[in-house]
Amino acid sequence: MDLADLYRDVIVDHNRRPRNRGRLPGATHSAVGNNPLCGDELRIEVEVAGNVIQDLRFEGSGCAISTASASLMSEAVKGRTREEVAELFGDVHRMLTGDASGASQLGKLAALAGVREFPARVKCASLCWHTLNAALAGSALPVTTE
Amino acid sequence: MAAIHKMAPGLDVTRIRGDFPVLARTINGHPLAYLDNAASSQQPTPVIDAVANYARSHHANVHRGVHTLSQEATALYEGARERVRRFINAASIAEIVFVRGTTEAINLVAQSHGRPRLAAGDEIVVSRLEHHSNIVPWQLLCSQTGALLRPVPIDRRGVVDFDAYLAMLGPRTRIVALAHVSNALGTVLPIADFLAAARERGITTVVDGAQAVPHLPVDVQALGSDFYAFSAHKMYGPTGVGVLHARESLLATMPPWQGGGDMILTVSFDGSTWNHLPHRFEAGTPNIGGAIGLGAAIDYLGAVGQERIAAHEGDLLEYATSRLQAIDGLTLIGTAPQKSSLVSFTVEGIHPHDLGTVLDSRGVAVRTGHHCAMPVMEYFGVPATARASFALYNTRAEIDALHDALLHAIRMLR
Repeated sequence: MDLADLYRDVIVDHNRRPRNRGRLPGATHSAVGNNPLCGDELRIEVEVAGNVIQDLRFEGSGCAISTASASLMSEAVKGRTREEVAELFGDVHRMLTGDASGASQLGKLAALAGVREFPARVKCASLCWHTLNAALAGSALPVTTE
Repeated sequence: MAAIHKMAPGLDVTRIRGDFPVLARTINGHPLAYLDNAASSQQPTPVIDAVANYARSHHANVHRGVHTLSQEATALYEGARERVRRFINAASIAEIVFVRGTTEAINLVAQSHGRPRLAAGDEIVVSRLEHHSNIVPWQLLCSQTGALLRPVPIDRRGVVDFDAYLAMLGPRTRIVALAHVSNALGTVLPIADFLAAARERGITTVVDGAQAVPHLPVDVQALGSDFYAFSAHKMYGPTGVGVLHARESLLATMPPWQGGGDMILTVSFDGSTWNHLPHRFEAGTPNIGGAIGLGAAIDYLGAVGQERIAAHEGDLLEYATSRLQAIDGLTLIGTAPQKSSLVSFTVEGIHPHDLGTVLDSRGVAVRTGHHCAMPVMEYFGVPATARASFALYNTRAEIDALHDALLHAIRMLR
């Protein structure tokens, strides 16, 4: 187990200086996700026009993995269609849960590849994606990783 | 820093550590520093051997066989009950009910004692520092009966407000349920005072003793509690077994909680009759091996000496408090003057889960999260804390390892 593989420079940087943090007044979709075991809570607000994610903001409290993952996700999904986001989530999920062969195609998101060596932390990295999914699906129920 | 590995007089920690096989492990290339004892403590060889010996040579069902193995198993199981009786100085073995753990014990009291007695508008008083297991069973009871749950406030140190407690005890208060020692903050309640005030008013008292019995001698007759619950696995015994001590005069009035084998004298379709105490409350085949392991853990605690354990753990608490307080940005959560041997804390700018992962990479095992005490986290305005909790086998060197690993985490993540 190599800690440096989990807390890569990109992760530490996005935890210290999260991108797209805050509220989005023009949001068309939003959802709240939480991880009851950690006490983490994440709110994601999205502006969708046509079929495309125009903008996204997140806020809440979480660990470095959870914060960095939300920050990286926010950069990765802007300008993408719903279908592209769904596909990207599939790729990220595969990378987090064992198959890292496609990680090199994921750009900065590949920084999360080390998470798969720490099974207890996979849900930290995936919370933001589940929450985004719920927001885009228009789900009114809070999302939980449990 | 050159640590001085001072030990409390009389406690040979090196020898004690030799009794716990798991402590010889290395984790991620570092010696294990097991500081998660408030969640579950490790088992010494005599406990492991007692459970294995039962499985190897004496296993059979209890209370119902004329054959030799069944009689041996019964003798071992009931022998463990007598050890528990002596351990907490209960008046009789009829008052010792084996359960799965503290959680089951409190649910038993809520359902078997509380449910038939409580009516809408009656009140149950708990404190704000309770573990979920001493909150949720009462919430269930409230939803069944219309009773109301009243939490006694705590202050910023984590001390339960005794005056507010007294003011809360009213004509409708039926049950007071309190932790003896807080699992999240370490606060030791002056439980005898709390119980005396309830007793004067004729209120039933329930004590969650899960965090108390491993650390301090408990005498249920001196305390005057009606119900006292604890778990084996926090006092060097196995998981899946615990004890409900119940005053016999109360237990005798309570209907069975679960029905089945072993809790009856006779069964017919015209009706069944209940077994004697405490067997009336032990439906089904019990955790025989677990109870035997608990008995062995009690023997072990007795051999080491509870006063010596308390002195050693007090030294560890003092040392950990002073070392951790010196870390920049570290805040101790729970600073009551009377504390058990644990430190709960946050580090500015670093989430407890990241601390937990970095510490684990250095072989240091701590608990991170809400510690099943979400109202406590809410009160202190934190989503979670990290908690290091000490046992008789821990050393100052392990606290140094914790300290150094925390500095490493801060360098890495802040």
